[in-house]
Amino acid sequence: MSHLPALPILLPLFTAAVLLLAERRGIAPQRAVSATGLALLLAAAMALAARVDGGIPLVYLVGDWPARLGIALVADRLGALMVLVTVLLAVPCLLHACGGGWDRRVPHFHALFQLQLAGLSGAFLTGDLFNLFVFFEVLLIASYGLLLGGGRGARMRAGLHYIAFNITASTLFLIALGLLYGMTGTLNMAEMALRVAALPAGDVPLVRAAAGLLLVVFCAKAALLPLHLWLPQTYARAPAAVAALFAVMTKVGVYAVLRVYALVFGTQAGPLAGWAWDWLLPAGIATLALAALGAVAARGLRMLAGYLVIASAATLFVAIALATPDAVGAGLYYLVHSTFAAAALMLLADAARRAGVTRRAAPALAYVVVAVSIAGLPPLSGFIGKALLLQAVPPQQTVAVWAAVLGTSLLMVVALARAGVRAFWEPAGRAPSTADVEPAAPPADPARTPWPQSLALALLVGYGVALAVAAAPVQRFARAAAVQALEPAAGIEAVRATAPRVRAPSP
Amino acid sequence: MELAVALAIGVLTAAGVYLLLRARSFEVILGLTFLSYATNLLIFSAGRLRMGQPPVLRDGLAPTLVHHTDPLPQALVLTAIVIAFAMTAVTIVVAIRSHADNGDDHADAGPGAPRA
Repeated sequence: MSHLPALPILLPLFTAAVLLLAERRGIAPQRAVSATGLALLLAAAMALAARVDGGIPLVYLVGDWPARLGIALVADRLGALMVLVTVLLAVPCLLHACGGGWDRRVPHFHALFQLQLAGLSGAFLTGDLFNLFVFFEVLLIASYGLLLGGGRGARMRAGLHYIAFNITASTLFLIALGLLYGMTGTLNMAEMALRVAALPAGDVPLVRAAAGLLLVVFCAKAALLPLHLWLPQTYARAPAAVAALFAVMTKVGVYAVLRVYALVFGTQAGPLAGWAWDWLLPAGIATLALAALGAVAARGLRMLAGYLVIASAATLFVAIALATPDAVGAGLYYLVHSTFAAAALMLLADAARRAGVTRRAAPALAYVVVAVSIAGLPPLSGFIGKALLLQAVPPQQTVAVWAAVLGTSLLMVVALARAGVRAFWEPAGRAPSTADVEPAAPPADPARTPWPQSLALALLVGYGVALAVAAAPVQRFARAAAVQALEPAAGIEAVRATAPRVRAPSP
Repeated sequence: MELAVALAIGVLTAAGVYLLLRARSFEVILGLTFLSYATNLLIFSAGRLRMGQPPVLRDGLAPTLVHHTDPLPQALVLTAIVIAFAMTAVTIVVAIRSHADNGDDHADAGPGAPRA
C-alpha cells in the first residue's frame, strides 16, 4: 500500500508543528521551514496527480480497518486535481504574505497557513463523510485565525458574522450526518452509495431530508444564492494573501457537492438519483445573475473580486448541475482558471491601493490580463473555460444557460473595465473613489512593491497564461476526472476491494 | 424514552434557532450552544436508544448489535463535543473583541449594520 494519499495531509500538519517550535527563533527560520514544507507538499501533490492519472483511485486505509468500518482516504483524479490547484495557489499566497510582512503581523501566520492547507487537502482526499466534516472544521478554524489575526474594528465584526454563519452550517452538517448514519449505518461514501441504492421505500423521505440539509451546508460554503451574503464583506476585509487563498474555499463547497451528489446520490441511487441537479441549475443561474449585478454595483476592487468569486462558484454549479461528462469537465477546467484569476485579482486590489503604484505600467498591465481572463474574453483561459461549458450544454437547457453565462459575462466586462479605469487611470490628485473598506498599513517605502509580491502576482498571471497555452492536457485531465466522478461504480468497487493488510476484521 | 429524547432535541433546536436569529452576540453564542446540544443528542440517538447495553466488546458476549450498543455514534458525539466546545471559545473571544472595538454587540456584518 502506497502512503502517497496521506502525504498531502501529513506534510502540512508536520510542517505546522515544526513551525510552532521555530516561532521563537524569529521570522526568517519560519519562512524557510514554511517554504520547504510547501515545496515538499507541491512535489507530493504532483506525484499524486501523476499517479492517479492511470485511472485507478488510490485507497488508503488509515488505521488499517476495512473502509466500511474505519477511516479511508480516496484519491481519484478529481481529488488530486483539487489538491494540486490548492498547493499551486498557496505558493503565490505565501510569497505575497512574506513580501508584505503580513506573516509578522498575524500571530502564528505560518502555522495557521499550513493547517489551512492540511484541512483543504484532507477535505479533497477523504472518502468518509464524517471526516469531510472534520476537515471542514480544520480548514475553517485555520481560516478564522488567518482572517482575524492582528485585526480589529470592522474586520472583527465581519469575522464574528463569518464564524457564527459557519458554525451554524457545521451544525446542520452534523444533523445531516446523524440522520444519514441512523438510516444507512455507515459514513463511508462508497458504502453509503450502495446502501442508499438499496433503501427501503419508507426510509427515502428522511434520507432525502438529510441530503437536502447537506446541500444547504455545501451551498453555504460555496455562497450560492440565498446564502451568499457573508462572502463579499468577509473577503473585502481579509488580508490580501488570505483573501487570495480563500479563492479556493468556495471551491471546497463546489467540490463537496460534486463528490457527494455524484457518488452517494448519483446515477445508481434509485429514487434519489440526480436529485440535487434539479435544484442547483436554477439556483446557479440566479446566483450568477445576482453576482454580476453585485459586481457592477461594487465599490472598490476587493468587493468586485468578492462578487466575481461568487459568480465563478455559480458558473461551476451550473456546469455541475448539467451532470454530463463534457459539462462537468468544462466546469473543472473553469474551476482551475477561476481560482487563479480570482486570487490574482485579490492581490492586484492590494497593490492598487498602494499610493504611487497605480501610476506604473506593470500592475495595470497585469490587471488587463486578469480582467480579460476573468471576463472570458479570448484568448485567455476564461474564454476557453466558458466556451467549453457553452459547447457542452444539452439542447433543452441551451437558452437559459447561454443567456445567463453570456449576459453576465457582458456585465462583468463592464464592471471590470470601470473598476480598472477608476483604479489605474484616475488622474493624480483626485482621491481614488475605489477606496477600500479597510486601508492597509502603509509599507516602509510606499512607492515600491516588494519583489516577492511582484513575483506572486507574476506567478498567478503566469498560471492563467499557462492554462490557456496548455489547455488541451488540462482539459483532458479535467474531463477524465469528470467521467470518473460521474460514474462512481469502479471507484466504489476499488474502495470495497481494498483489504486491511495486517488485521482480519471480525464480521 | 424516545418521546423524552425527541422532545429534548426539538426544544433545544427551537430555542437555539430563536436565539440565533436575535443577532446579538451573547444570544447568538447561547443559540449555537443549544443547537450543538441538540445535534449531539440527535447523533447519539442515530445509534438507536437502548438501555443497559455496553458499547465495548465483552468476553462471553457475541460481538453483535444484539448484545451491544453501536459505539460509533458515541465516538462521533465526542468529536462533535470537542469541536463545538473549541468553537464556542473562539466565538466568545471574537465577540468580546468586536464589542470592545465597535462599541456594540451586533453579529451582523453588512454595511447596514448599526454603527456605534
